[in-house]
Amino acid sequence: MAPVPPADPAPRPAPPPSPPWWRDRRIVPWVVQAVVGLLVLLLIAFLLGNLVRNLTAAGLLLSWRWLQQPAGFDISESVIPFNAQLPYWRALAAGLVNTIRAVLVGLVGATLLGTLVGMASFSHNGLLRRLARVYVEVVRNIPLLLQLVFWYFVVFLSFPNGVAAIQLPGVVLAKSGLYIAGFGEGLRWMGPTLVNGVWQAPVRLSVEFGALLTGLIVYSGAFIAEVVRGGIAAVPKGQWEAASSLGLSWFATLRRIVLPQSLRVIVPGLNTQYISLAKNSSLAVAVGYTDLYSVAETTLNQTGRAVEVILVLLAAYLTLDLLISALMNGLNHLVQIRER
Amino acid sequence: MQVLLRRLRSELFATPADGALSVALITLLSLGAFGFLRWALTQAQWAVVKVNSTLFAVGRYPIEQQWRLWLLTALLVAASGATWGLLRAHPRPDRTGVLWPSNDRLALALLALIALAVPFALGLTLAIQSRWWGLLLLLALCRWLAGRYGANLSPTGRRLAALVWPLLYLGGMALISGGLGLVGVPPSEWGGLLLTLLASSFAILLCFPIGVLLALGRRSELPLLRWGSVLYIEFIRGAPLITLLFLGQNILGFLLPGGLAPERVWRAAWVLTFFAAAYLAEAVRSGLAAVPRGQLEAARSLGLSYPKALQHVVLPQALRVALPAMVGQFISLLQDTTLLSLIGLLELLGTARTVMANPAFLGRNGEVYLTLAVLFWGCCAALGLGSRALERRLDPHAVPSAT
Repeated sequence: MAPVPPADPAPRPAPPPSPPWWRDRRIVPWVVQAVVGLLVLLLIAFLLGNLVRNLTAAGLLLSWRWLQQPAGFDISESVIPFNAQLPYWRALAAGLVNTIRAVLVGLVGATLLGTLVGMASFSHNGLLRRLARVYVEVVRNIPLLLQLVFWYFVVFLSFPNGVAAIQLPGVVLAKSGLYIAGFGEGLRWMGPTLVNGVWQAPVRLSVEFGALLTGLIVYSGAFIAEVVRGGIAAVPKGQWEAASSLGLSWFATLRRIVLPQSLRVIVPGLNTQYISLAKNSSLAVAVGYTDLYSVAETTLNQTGRAVEVILVLLAAYLTLDLLISALMNGLNHLVQIRER
Repeated sequence: MQVLLRRLRSELFATPADGALSVALITLLSLGAFGFLRWALTQAQWAVVKVNSTLFAVGRYPIEQQWRLWLLTALLVAASGATWGLLRAHPRPDRTGVLWPSNDRLALALLALIALAVPFALGLTLAIQSRWWGLLLLLALCRWLAGRYGANLSPTGRRLAALVWPLLYLGGMALISGGLGLVGVPPSEWGGLLLTLLASSFAILLCFPIGVLLALGRRSELPLLRWGSVLYIEFIRGAPLITLLFLGQNILGFLLPGGLAPERVWRAAWVLTFFAAAYLAEAVRSGLAAVPRGQLEAARSLGLSYPKALQHVVLPQALRVALPAMVGQFISLLQDTTLLSLIGLLELLGTARTVMANPAFLGRNGEVYLTLAVLFWGCCAALGLGSRALERRLDPHAVPSAT
């Protein structure tokens, strides 16, 4: 039997025509990027060109020499020594230190308040639980700036002075400042004392600082409370039940079992809240606390150096944010569950 | 009664420690409430709010031109009523029962209470009080008409009806600022609640498309787009809003050729927009991340082009997931408008400051700030409630309510 000769192979279909270049997936992305990049570059060049031209016309071309000139204004409360004869950079540094002081104390206070309120929303006590909700809902829906001016003008400025000042154990609240007990000369514990109608104490905070801190802590505390609540809610219910069946009390369960596990959910959320607290501290200008922004504003009004002042401000806040982020990332690394 | 007592006991007095805590809290709360009521009823002088109610509402908007604002309010009220009614008339096609606010009669009653009580409490003249009653009637009428006859509307008609809102926004802008034969009112004369609402609505509307583009850019595979978006978002999110507003007021004039820089109000509104866009982009990005990759791939393999796939398949799902976060951003944007007062614009808080600089109202901070707080709280809470209702309506897995 002769082998059947193989049939002629069907004519091969012509290869599909290669798509036109504007639909070629190897080319289009690069064209898109080039066009977008070119547009952005053109925009930036346009803006910068105008900036240089306008600044030259105004005689304000970028220069940092003014930083050495005497500031000529005083800063009412400063941690590092400052007076009006010192140069502008010292004023800005004093403002930065004031900002950092407010942020640090605010962070600690807001974390404490937020953790307490977040824990309270898991309390057995219905009243406490609802109060925690009400606090969060009220505070989060009112602008921070409004709260700050409320604390300052309505609460802190209405404290009486002298004998009539509000006296709590170890703390005296007066319009002239907040007086707090502490270690005085020779490491002796001293409470606030009234000398010739003027309060004196080892630690004196201005009402501006007090109002700023109260506002920041109350506001951020509400947001942190939500973060903590979310973290606690993320721990499986069985953990609570197991702990209480072992005989642990509510508080011990929370402290020993639930909170440590919820930290890995809480810490990333805290990072966001801490950064926004640092940025919100710039609202201090509304209550007359001389933080970095407030000093920068005065500096701009006196020197007209808008671009340089803005650059300083942006760099300072960006650094602050990055620092907080780096610290919190380190902390996050610590609290993550390590398996084996 | 028994049930109530038992419930009270288990909630408040389960253990002796709980009981002590409850008693302490109740004492504190009642002391606080008593002190507040005594202040509000005997010491506070609410005249500062009553006398300046126009200033708080519209700032220095010329009195003879205020009819334009009333007209705009009436149009807005009519459109809201009609939209409300249409939404009631058209429950989602894939389910029975009305899903739009199940308790919307309650909402209407609440609105009626506000429209009746607030003008009365402010001691407005009868002529102005009656205008509020008229607005309320208009709202109820439009809601009823649209609910009654809206079901007959064809799908095209419904789509056209939705177009009313952008048209109304543009028309409203023209009504407020003048032009087209109306006397011009420069932005420097806008103020109070009017400026707050204008700035926040402008920023909310414009930051949305920019934010979505930025979020898409950040998830793009093209390195230039991705890094550009990341740079922009992180830069804006790293700076406090006040420094950006400051930048807008002091440097924008240098960045643009002479005379092109917009008015101070508009500069601030644009800064707010670009600021909010960066935060919105992060919210949208979280929504995009929640859409499985397969959705885009499936859409592409069905032959949809990339923009079409985004528009019809990916974005609707992503935006639904991102809705609560986005509304959260809108709420904080509304709150952030108070910062305009720090750069000398007379929005609500700025108006409050000028009012209190008036010697006649010196020291009346408590009354004014409390009023503003209630106002802001109401607006933000309403936004939050609206967002939750919208979430329910858009949720594909929601169980229809019983009605």
